[in-house]
Amino acid sequence: MGYPHPIHPRETPVLSQHFGQAAARTYTGWVERGGYQALRKAIGMAPDDIIAEVKASGLRGRGGAGFPTGLKWSFMPKDDGKPHYLCCNADESEPGTFKDREVMRWTPHALIEGCAIAQLAIRADVTYIYIRGEFTEPYHVMQRALAEAYAEGVLGANALGSGKRIDMVIHRGAGAYICGEETAMMNSIEGRRGNPRIKPPFPAVAGLFGQPTTINNVETLAAVPAIINRGAAWYAGLSLSSPKSTGTKLISVCGHVQRPGTYEITLGFPMKDLIYDLCGGMRPGRTLKAVIPGGSSVPIMTPDEVEACPTDYEGIVAHGSMLGSGGMIVMDDSTDLVYQIMRLARFYAHESCAQCTNCREGTAWTTRILERMLAGEGKQSDLDLLLDLSDQMTGKTICVLSDSCAAPVVSGIHKFRADFDACLSRVRPAVMAGV
Amino acid sequence: MTAHGTTPHQPIFAGDVLAKLEALYPKYPDKRSVLLPALWLVQEARGWVSDDAVREVAERLDLTPSYVRGVLTFYTMYHKHPVGRHFIQVCTTSPCGMCGAEDVARTLVEHSGCGDLGATSPDGRFTVIEVECLGACGFPTPILIDDDFIESVTPERVPELLARYP
Repeated sequence: MGYPHPIHPRETPVLSQHFGQAAARTYTGWVERGGYQALRKAIGMAPDDIIAEVKASGLRGRGGAGFPTGLKWSFMPKDDGKPHYLCCNADESEPGTFKDREVMRWTPHALIEGCAIAQLAIRADVTYIYIRGEFTEPYHVMQRALAEAYAEGVLGANALGSGKRIDMVIHRGAGAYICGEETAMMNSIEGRRGNPRIKPPFPAVAGLFGQPTTINNVETLAAVPAIINRGAAWYAGLSLSSPKSTGTKLISVCGHVQRPGTYEITLGFPMKDLIYDLCGGMRPGRTLKAVIPGGSSVPIMTPDEVEACPTDYEGIVAHGSMLGSGGMIVMDDSTDLVYQIMRLARFYAHESCAQCTNCREGTAWTTRILERMLAGEGKQSDLDLLLDLSDQMTGKTICVLSDSCAAPVVSGIHKFRADFDACLSRVRPAVMAGV
Repeated sequence: MTAHGTTPHQPIFAGDVLAKLEALYPKYPDKRSVLLPALWLVQEARGWVSDDAVREVAERLDLTPSYVRGVLTFYTMYHKHPVGRHFIQVCTTSPCGMCGAEDVARTLVEHSGCGDLGATSPDGRFTVIEVECLGACGFPTPILIDDDFIESVTPERVPELLARYP
């Protein structure tokens, strides 16, 4: 549902159908809603059959990268005698994204169930759920649900009476966006600074504590119980864009729309209808100016690009951006793009872990140049300087934080040149001393 | 260990807090991984993480104080200095910024008596800081007062909200 709004008739609520129902947060309430049947079923399945089912569903990572989930799980070694780990990425902090927090706040047991099934599939010993420090409410709701799941015998040494052991630990972050990057997250769990690691080795080979590890996003894992319950074909068939983009996606919409919230759509749903129909369109008297469809790290779209764009992995790429995390920032004609891009650059400059030069210096320089332009001290050559700098920040660092800072800058300059020109034309005339 | 004749450091890890720390050990394969949760325990108990606390954590977890400090300073949510009785974090990143967050931040600074972002009010009651993205972009402006996550804050709501935190 488009929490906090009632379910819109054009939504397809799978993960979100119980959002807003306090009772769904409890073990009893979750079981009454069909909870833990999928886990029971998965316990009776061979791990490879769970992986095969998830592969067949076409489920792709919902955190931003869109990597096929079943395929990722299949990279985990078998019978290697080593401990295996699952990390659940609940470090949601990409500007514009606020969907995972609703999953955790309203359906914590869906996430626990999804983690438990994934843990069986990849033969993991423990799941670490990494929740960002600022998410105080989701953290407490998840803690309570986890304690209940242990007390009810869903987890622990004899999970659901199966004789199988399933363990889960909630690990609280402490304010670092970069810990949403999977290798930084592993360092953070290990009690280290959250610096991303160089890949390879990939986590499935040497991840958390040096052991084979899989990292999945909250929404990805929460979708797994429904796939096990109702089957891969049902899930794949929900989409308007099968076979490449399957199932439903939570899209958190914010900014200048009448009804911001977290909506669940089938992939392939027209982006224009999402903005104008589900979210109620712009405020009265305003028109659409720009959309950042997948969290702040993806290129900015123009209204023309939004016009015929299907909301799915391939469709958004074809229309000039990326689905990313599904955190959609909508801006109307009152927005100064230069100012907003400066604010995003400032975000990345603040969150850079500072280990790569291009990112540490580049995010700070980008911010300073944009601030200078906004202060009326810009030069025409600043645009070329920003583009050159962005080029030096793309594809040259250990992780993609630097690329993420460049994306709105490059797309902003190319697609919203008028805002930059207007900013440069506001150059403050020199004050004449003594006049 | 004490510095220059100040009050002796009262151990943080004793009684309930020690029990909470010890309950963390079995959850991880090594002691170093308990560092982030241990620092949270310190902050809950004392309100901030002092140099003495850093040494105590290091000793408990078989780490060096400089290692602990290196990790501590990476994470923005740990307080390296004492802060006001109520710690206020206001999101001003783009999505909230577009919807009036900067006015909320300004009003919070004025009404709390802090005078400036990052400063503590002279009565020691509040510290207000600006933070990047609190992950509640559809509910501008979200703020955190201590552990209370409050959504849809407008400048008009600020005096009433602050009054709830004596």
